[in-house]
Amino acid sequence: MQVRYFDHAGTTPLDPAVLEAMMPYLRESFGNPMSIYELGGRASAAVQEARADVAALINARPSGVIFTASGAESNNFALRGIALARQNEGKHIIVSKAEHHSVLNSARFLEKQGFIVTYLPIDGYGMVEPETLGKAITKETVLISIILASPEVGTIQPIRELAKMAKEKGIIFHTDAVAAAGQIPIDVKELGVDLLSLSAHQFYGPKGAAALYVREGLRIVPLIYGGIQEGGRRAGTENVPAIAGMGKAAAIARERLSHRIEYLRPLRDRLIEGVKKTDNVYLTGHPAERLPGHASFTVEFVEGEAMLLMMAAKGIYAASGSACSSKALKSSPVLLSMGIPSSVAQGSIVFSLGHENSTDDVEYAITEFSVIAKKLREISPYRGGWGGVEEAEKCIPKK
Amino acid sequence: MTLKFVEDLKADVTADIVYMMCPMHLLKLEEMMKTIEPGQVLEILTDYDGALEDIPAWCEKTGNEFLGVKETEDFFKFYIKRKGR
Repeated sequence: MQVRYFDHAGTTPLDPAVLEAMMPYLRESFGNPMSIYELGGRASAAVQEARADVAALINARPSGVIFTASGAESNNFALRGIALARQNEGKHIIVSKAEHHSVLNSARFLEKQGFIVTYLPIDGYGMVEPETLGKAITKETVLISIILASPEVGTIQPIRELAKMAKEKGIIFHTDAVAAAGQIPIDVKELGVDLLSLSAHQFYGPKGAAALYVREGLRIVPLIYGGIQEGGRRAGTENVPAIAGMGKAAAIARERLSHRIEYLRPLRDRLIEGVKKTDNVYLTGHPAERLPGHASFTVEFVEGEAMLLMMAAKGIYAASGSACSSKALKSSPVLLSMGIPSSVAQGSIVFSLGHENSTDDVEYAITEFSVIAKKLREISPYRGGWGGVEEAEKCIPKK
Repeated sequence: MTLKFVEDLKADVTADIVYMMCPMHLLKLEEMMKTIEPGQVLEILTDYDGALEDIPAWCEKTGNEFLGVKETEDFFKFYIKRKGR
């Protein structure tokens, strides 16, 4: 059976050119970048080259890019590192309710360390309103972290506007761009952010390589102590093959970004149009301000996991909410924060497209989705509805 | 080597390596000294207390002049004058 992969927000396949760029560092060029002989020099050069490529993808200076092992590490590093570095100036942190667990759980950890955290509400599209942020800022606020684009609902936040508000008050601004990097153009200077997280496996690079951009001159307390790798800011022998792969993936993404976007948008729009033809299916997230390959829905009267399993049996690999929430069979906190009732949020499904998806894949997914949703509703105890129209109405995003 | 405490001095160049791990204070010191002119003063900001021993010792070894250190609430400010004038 042919597999149609629609879970690029979960992870992307490795680009063959990326694998090729990694191979020397898994074989003959295995040196430690800290070693002074030629073999070490070769590994060190690979890391520096990758740093320049990753920096170019986000229009940063190479010295501002710190390699880490995952997007989660980058987010932990940003939150804990800045909070600890700035705690004498204030102990208030702001994060949004649209954040990934790695930001939310870091914030919770900091709460236990005596920080005060505000969890900003989001609107029906999953968006943070600048006004809401403005009201949350206090004299004690030292850090704001707001996700650039949601992997769950695809919504792209007005980061430039939000970061500007932070800058005006001298507050450090971090954005989690893990779902956005390599998908949409990112320019740290234009966005005005102080820190930005990104991860290679979200743009056809390998797992195990990610980065945190830190603005020049910004002090950050390390998360991992040890040697002086990454300019003394992140210890641990560099994962040279994965970092080399991340650099290559960043260079390819930068070169092909506009082509990929032009290809994905109509494909995504066709998928949204086709899937919504089934009754009681609603698009989640913003209709326009969303990632080019991202189509997410709530399907009433069915349970997301059952839908995923039946789709997988047809070779369609999609997701339901975030990877973490799916595993725990929990309703997505992001969907709940958007005002979608828990019963409806259970029927969440996310298709995230990649440039290797074809029109045929999309048409196949639309047809099979409609059959599966119908089949599941026939056996659903809620097939006649929730007992009223109120619940159904609640899942239509309100601005 | 005696440790000399001073008030803020006028520096030509500042290197902020607060929170960066040891031995970045020595690596940065060497790197920055190559970028300044003889007679110019380098200021290094670091929270690493091992630098209290290392930086004066490095100056003695290399012949550069250790002007002194100032302690602030969160970190130290080291002042080093490049030799040769």
